[in-house]
This record gives sequence, C-alpha cells and structure tokens, in this order.
Amino acid sequence: MTVTTIPKVPLPLLNKARLRRFFRWLKSPQVILSLIMLAVMFYMVIIPLYRMLITTITFSENDLRYAPGAVVGQFTLFHWLRMLTSKIAVIMTFQPLLHSLTISFGATTLAFVIGGTMAWMVVRTDMPGRKIINILAVVPYIMPSWTIAMAWKVLFNNGTAGGVPGVLMFLTGTAPPDWIAFGPLPIIISSALHYYTFYFLFVSAALMSIDSSLEEAAELAGASRGRILRKITFPLVIPALLSGFIMTFSKTMGTFGGPNVLGVPVSYYTMSTMLRSNTTVLAFGDAFVLAIILILFSMTTVTVNQKIVGTRKSYETIGGRGFMAQKTKLRESKYILTAITVTFQIIIAVLPLLLLIMSTLMLRSGSYSFDNLSLVHWIGESNVNINSGEPGVLLNPAIWKGAWNSIKLALYTAFFTALLGVILGYAIVKGRGTKLGKIVEQLAFVPYVIPGIAFGAVYISMFTKSVGPIPPLYGTFLLLVIVSVAKHIPYSSRSGVSAMLQVGRELEEAAAVAGANAWRRFWRIIFPLTSAGFVSGFLLTFITTMRELSLIILLVTPSTAVLASMTMRYIENGNEQQANAVIILLITIVLIGNFIISRFRGGSLKKGLGA
Amino acid sequence: MSVAIRINNLTKRFGNVTAVNNVSLNIESGSFLTLLGPSGCGKTTLLRCITGLEDPNEGEIFIGDKLVYSSSEGISVPPGERDLGLVFQNYALWPHMKVYKNMTFALETKKMTPEEMDKRVKDSLAEVKMSGYEDRYPREMSGGQQQRIALARMLAYRPGVFLMDEPLSNLDARLRMDMRIELKRLHHVTGATTVYVTHDQVEALTMSTSIAIMKEGVIQQLDTPDKVYHFPATLFVADFIGNPKVNLLNGTVDEAGKVNLGSFNVSTNTYNTKGKVVMAVRPEDIAISASPVPEGIEFTAYSVLPAGADSSIIAHRDDIELTIREMGTSTIKMDEKIWLKFNPEAVNLYDEKSGNLITQ
Ligand SMILES: Nc1ncnc2c1ncn2[C@@H]1O[C@H](COP(=O)(O)OP(=O)(O)O)[C@@H](O)[C@H]1O
Ligand SMILES: [Mg+2]
Repeated sequence: MTVTTIPKVPLPLLNKARLRRFFRWLKSPQVILSLIMLAVMFYMVIIPLYRMLITTITFSENDLRYAPGAVVGQFTLFHWLRMLTSKIAVIMTFQPLLHSLTISFGATTLAFVIGGTMAWMVVRTDMPGRKIINILAVVPYIMPSWTIAMAWKVLFNNGTAGGVPGVLMFLTGTAPPDWIAFGPLPIIISSALHYYTFYFLFVSAALMSIDSSLEEAAELAGASRGRILRKITFPLVIPALLSGFIMTFSKTMGTFGGPNVLGVPVSYYTMSTMLRSNTTVLAFGDAFVLAIILILFSMTTVTVNQKIVGTRKSYETIGGRGFMAQKTKLRESKYILTAITVTFQIIIAVLPLLLLIMSTLMLRSGSYSFDNLSLVHWIGESNVNINSGEPGVLLNPAIWKGAWNSIKLALYTAFFTALLGVILGYAIVKGRGTKLGKIVEQLAFVPYVIPGIAFGAVYISMFTKSVGPIPPLYGTFLLLVIVSVAKHIPYSSRSGVSAMLQVGRELEEAAAVAGANAWRRFWRIIFPLTSAGFVSGFLLTFITTMRELSLIILLVTPSTAVLASMTMRYIENGNEQQANAVIILLITIVLIGNFIISRFRGGSLKKGLGA
Repeated sequence: MSVAIRINNLTKRFGNVTAVNNVSLNIESGSFLTLLGPSGCGKTTLLRCITGLEDPNEGEIFIGDKLVYSSSEGISVPPGERDLGLVFQNYALWPHMKVYKNMTFALETKKMTPEEMDKRVKDSLAEVKMSGYEDRYPREMSGGQQQRIALARMLAYRPGVFLMDEPLSNLDARLRMDMRIELKRLHHVTGATTVYVTHDQVEALTMSTSIAIMKEGVIQQLDTPDKVYHFPATLFVADFIGNPKVNLLNGTVDEAGKVNLGSFNVSTNTYNTKGKVVMAVRPEDIAISASPVPEGIEFTAYSVLPAGADSSIIAHRDDIELTIREMGTSTIKMDEKIWLKFNPEAVNLYDEKSGNLITQ
C-alpha cells in the first residue's frame, strides 16, 4: 500500500478502449437499475415539482376570474404577490402558517413527552407489563390520524359551529368552552396521541442500544447520576429524539384530517386546509404558493436537523442491539405506574373507537339515550331523512366501492413500494462511493421533506395535461398509486438499503464467479436473502396507505374515492355518523389486513416501523 | 511448462492508495502459487483482479490464451466467463440453499442431466470427505464443515483454475493443519492450477510449489518455498519468512571477504562486495556449544526457551542479540558462556541501502 498521486495522462476523448469501458459500465446491473430508478424518480418527483413551480408564476385560465387583463400562459408574479403581500396575505398565508407551526410544535412536544417518558419507563425501569405496553403503543398508529379528532368531536362538540352537541353536553347539559371543543388545543392533543408511537419506538430503540457499561464507567469515575444522564445518556439518545422530531413535525405540518375536523368549522385554517380550500375553487396558482412555502419550511427543518445530528442519521433509526441496561428500581410505585400507563394507552386506543361506534348506533345524532339506539347507519335502507338519503354503510355500494379502492390502493402501493425498495437498496448499496449511487440515494430522500398535502398538490399540476407519451392522469386511480408509491420511496429505499447491507457482498460475488448473470444473481441470491424484511415493509405500507388522507385528498374524484377521503366528504356534508361508521369500517379492514399479512414469515409491524 | 495465468504490469488503485502496483506475474499450469504477505499488502486485491470482481486501472491479464482484462483495449471479461473457481475467506455459502443446491447452482446453467449433476455433487463431496451432507443448510454445519463444502462447491463445476483467499484463516489451529494436508492432496490429485492467498508463512511454505511475497502492492520475490526460505531476495522477505525470526546484523565486509561485526568477524563464502552490509543468518544455521570451540565466538546465554522438539536460545554479546535454534531440549543454562559458529553456506548478505540480496 503506497500513497501516490495519480499521473494525469492525457487521453483522446473517444477511443475504442474508452467506448468499451463505457458500454461495460452501462451494462452493469447496478448502473442499469440506478438509471431506471433515476428516470422513475425524475418523472415521479422532480418534474412534478418543476411543474408546480411553473404554475405559480404563470397565468392560467382559472386566474381570469380575479386577475383582470391576465394573458393565459404569460409569466407573472401575481400569485406570489397576492399570497405574500396583498391585503389577503395574512388570512391566506401567514395565519395558516402560524397555525400550522403552532400545531406542529405543540403536537411534537406533547408526543415527545408522552412517547419519551413511556420509552424510558419501559426500557430503563423495572416496571412490570412491558410487553403489553409495547403492543398497545403501536395501536394508535394503526388508526387513521384523525380518528381521535372525530372522537373528540363526538365527546366535546358544543354546537358553536353548527353540528349536534357531543356526549358531554348531552349528559351535563352545559356546553364545553370553545377552546376545548375546537381549534389548536384539540388538534394538538389528537395529533400527539397518534404520533407518540414514533417517539416511543425510536427512543426505546436508542435507549436499548446504549451500552450501560458506558454509564457504569462514568459512575465508577465518580460522576453523579444527573451528570451521567446529561453527559452520557442524553447525547446518545439525541439522534433518536431528533428522528422522532422531524418525523412528527413534517407529518403534522402536512396533515389534513385533524385540522379539517376540528379547525375548519371554527375557521381555524392551517396550511393544509387552506391549500385544500384553494384547490377546491381551482385557484391552483395560489394553492401551489402555499405548497411551496410548506415544502420550504419542512426542508429547512430537516436540513437544520441533519446539520445537528450529522447527515442521514436523523432518518435512520438506531438499531436496538439490546445491551443489558441498568434499570432504575421503582419499588412499590412500579405497579401503580404500569396501571396508569396501560390505562392511559387503553383510553387513547379504545375510548375513541367506543365513542365513534356509539355515535353510529344513535338514530338521531346528538341524543345518546337508549331509546335512540339503532343500526340504521349500518344496515338501514335508504331514507331521505337520514344521511342525505344514502343507505346504511354496509348496504351502500358507494362505500363498498370505496373500501375496495382502499384495499386495491394499499395492496398496489405496498407491492410496488416493496419492489422499489429492493431495487433501490441494490442500486444504492452497490453504488456506494460512486456519483451515480449518491445521486440515487439523495433523490430517493426528496419525498421525505415534502409534507403529505403538498406532495399531493405537486401532482395536480403534473398530470392535468399529458407529459410526453404519458396521458393525463388526473382523476385516475393510477395517479393515486403513483403518488402513494412516490411518497413511500424514502422509507422503501431505507429498508432496502438495510436489507442489502445484511447480505454480504461475497454471496453475490460467489454467484458471479459461478457464472450466474445479473438477473439470476438478483432473483436467486439477492432477492431471497433480502425479502425477509419484505413482509414487514409490505405490512407497514399497507397500513399507512389504507389510512392515508393528506396525500390523496387533493387527487381523489368521486369514482376513485377511498374510505379515508369518504369520511371527509361525509363530514363536510354534515353526515358525521356516516363518517364515523366509515372510519370504523376502515380500521376493521386494517386490522384484518394486519392479521392476515402478519401470518407470513417476518411480518411484524414494529419491525416495519424500523425499531 | 505452459502458462495458466499471465499478468502484465497490473495496477489497481483505490483513491490514492495503490493496492497493486505494476505487478507482472506468470503462473505456470499445474502450479500451486501462494500470494504471501502482511495484511493490507494487496493480496486480496490482486486475486480479485484475476477473478474479475475488481477492475484494475492498468495492465493486462491472460487466463490460458484468453485476454480477460486489458486496460488499453478496454476489455474486461465477467468473472463467470473466466473459467475460475474462488473459495472465499468466509466461505460465502448461500444461507438459503441446502448443500446440494449450493453445489448445483453453477451447474444449472450448463446443460447437464440431473444424473450428471448428482454424480458431480457426490464425487465432489467425497473428495472433501463430506458425503451425506447434501441436505444440510450451511448454518447446520460447523466452520470446518462449511469450509469443506465451500471447497466442494468449487470442485463441482470443475473450473480451470482454483483461487482461494485465506480459506483457512477462520479455522482453529487443529483444523487448519488437517485442511493443509487435504488441500495439498487435492492439488496433487487434481493437478489444477491453484492461486492461494495467505498471510501465514507456514501455509505458504508447506503447500506451495511457488510463493510470491508481496509488500505494499509490489511482488518482492517469486520463487520456490525452498529458495524463498534459504535465499530471500530482500531483507523484507528474510525478515517476514521464518519462525523464529532470522538474525539480522549490521556489518562491514573487509578486504579478506570477512564480515566485520564490531568485536568479531564472520567468515563467509567470498562475496565480491565491499562496505556496509546487513548479514542475515537463520537461527538453525548457528551451531552452539557450551565449551570453547575453534573459531567459536563467545556469547552469553541470555534466555533459554525449550519447546520439546527444539529449543530457542537468546544469546547476547555487547549490544548484539542473536536467536539460535537447537534441536531437542537444550542443556545450555541461562547466564552461562556459550560459543557460536555460523554456517558460512547459510549466511546471506544484503546491501544496506537497497536491502537487496548480494549474490555471490
Ligand atoms: N474496496 C476498497 N476500497 C478502498 N480501499 C481498498 C479496498 N479494498 C482494498 N483496499 C485497500 O487496498 C489495500 C490492499 O488491500 P487488500 O488487497 O485487501 O490486502 P490484503 O488482502 O493483502 O490484506 C489496503 O490498503 C486496503 O485498505
Ligand atoms: Mg485479504
């Protein structure tokens, strides 16, 4: 091993040897797959982003209504000026932005307190019942993020914003104050109770991976407990905390369900709901300005975060290796703590469902007495006085179609996501250290920094017209699949990479020496060895897609509606009981899917979540 | 003899690290060539270049008459078309396939009837004494057994050249000894050209027909084990080979051809050299006596280390320290005076500056 500087020999630009070398490079499977992936991601992510940007600086036909004298297709800063400096900028942009930030920070902090405390108790204390806490922690994640928001409304609605009184008002006769019933507080609480799972999983994995001998060494060296926590434990957990932070932050920034259920009725708009209301009136230029602002905010957060933690670590979770951790003794109080924790978990997992189910069993909404019990919202015939004349959920062909759409979408997405994951994992790992590999890896990360609703918005502008050979896709089911798969690319590439890294490179090399071509190597060696993680990845994608709303809300049409979007439509039409019934149906399907898929080898939701 | 592998001016760089530096090497058909050298000297890289798993930066590689790599022509034949077999250090058995599948994987693409395949598997397993293990998964076998299967997997598809990268380094000492015997037998029986990589000089010396000793990406010496041991071409080789280590002494050659080592001289076969040299003599080429002998040089026994079959004696005189190897259990006592005589036939002199062997 000698260190030399490579002499620069001037070579003619094109000669036979160079050409041969170039074609060999081009023919290698890693390069082919990388190039295909680049093309796919370019088409699915970069072009839509570009088109969105263009839309914000071009006049369109829809703008003629409120921009007199506009020439369609002409360059303009109209939308940016309108959204940032005009009289309505405060209402259209700055207030929603402030609200979104309030909700994101609030929900993130609360989720951290809940998830972090719970993780610490489970990993680092001798508290009993850890297993059950672990299982219950994943449950809220299975439910759609706005489930708790809907249940909140059933419980606390005070009639301020129309609608019927909630259970509390029915029982006590007094209306809960507005700040409890609607607005930021309930949105924050309901989101935090959904997203605390991330913190719980990340922090407990990190705590488990800390070798407590580090702490013991510090203790032997005479450091106090507080100092150890500050100087040793905390720095080691920080990456996990930050992963939880950006995960929760960027999800809540782009979340639509909660703010739509608990904010919009009292005109408490966030970026996502404002974006939606702009698209419903076809003000795409304005909507996309909001989307771009949202993306910039999210990107800044993630970038700052990565600067702090070091690149990439923040979205790679720490693999728990399970050192024997020194556990804090809690003495008698430990049983009480377990009881409190489990009760809390059950309340946030089960109570919302019970409330929702209860509301669907009431004939007239707003009355919660026994004589009002009825199955009409489930199996009633069509009746003009109930649910705008739609039959009960289980007899409603539109809902069955939605359910089928949901399942189809989730299955397609899960399949293509898993497939892309294996391919991306191969391309990235084999391409480590090359420019191409790096580009693929970075491009695969892009959807991560685009909040759900903005990501959906990106696709509106993309597919209203045909692009090259591809026909306009707006309003098609295929578009929903594309957007769902694209949004999952960061996660699928991450799990693909970690699966690939498990497979020693010698295993593939041995096959290459034995004469197997790339195709055979991939299907006979790489694929079987990486597909162990396939099932849990599949399950995770299935569940997240089933209950995904923010991403697709801007793209669904009546014929492509899925259950998640139908709940929103029913709420907006004032048929809340029907909406609640659909949510229950949705959760039931997710649970059945979870049950079936986890029968397969290696299917574990917790594993899929990367903990 | 014909040449099985011809390597011309091969260079492989990783960033600004030159792992293989302008290496030229001819490997004769039927030989057992060992690439020997300390860790990080580029052995694996050279082997991987031959295999085609790594693309060199410059040079040419022929396997048989076939040009498999050429930087100037831009040619690089994929590993599977080079007619080679490779045994990996960590075996690289496919964990999801049973032994039988592992062995037939390479055969499936060759047009072969199931009966032929069956026979190949049976024969190859028999050759490594692992008959009856067809239905095991790799994880159901010990390290030594996996090693044999890895070997059998290569044998099954009958490559023209066997390549092995430290195949024994993960085995314990006992198994390593057994496998050395088997590998040497295998080479004897099959007569297949073998390129073997190791950092263990005993493996190299015991099994090879020739040894290439590498340092920092450069081949220092290519010779038979006997030559490498007795006539190391450089001080590096002299120092690397041999256990206990060779004695290296700084001296000056005088007019009479004697090596002056300060307070005493050593007569050697006459060298036509003068000036500063490094004298190398192996511990077993120094005769030791507990009583004065003619021309014997007086030393003090600093430490005596009997090891059953032989003993090592560490001798001191002024600031010179020598290691002497004596057969059997030594009767020398520590701190006693001893008299040493150097075997003039076995003394090698090296140029102090270049470290190269001075030939007679
Ligand atoms: N893939 C690689 N990337 C960068 N450097 C490498 C790579 N493979 C080997 N090297 C470097 O090349 C040198 C020779 O390595 P190697 O051939 O593995 O040595 P050996 O097998 O003799 O121990 C070492 O300095 C090693 O660090
Ligand atoms: Mg090596």
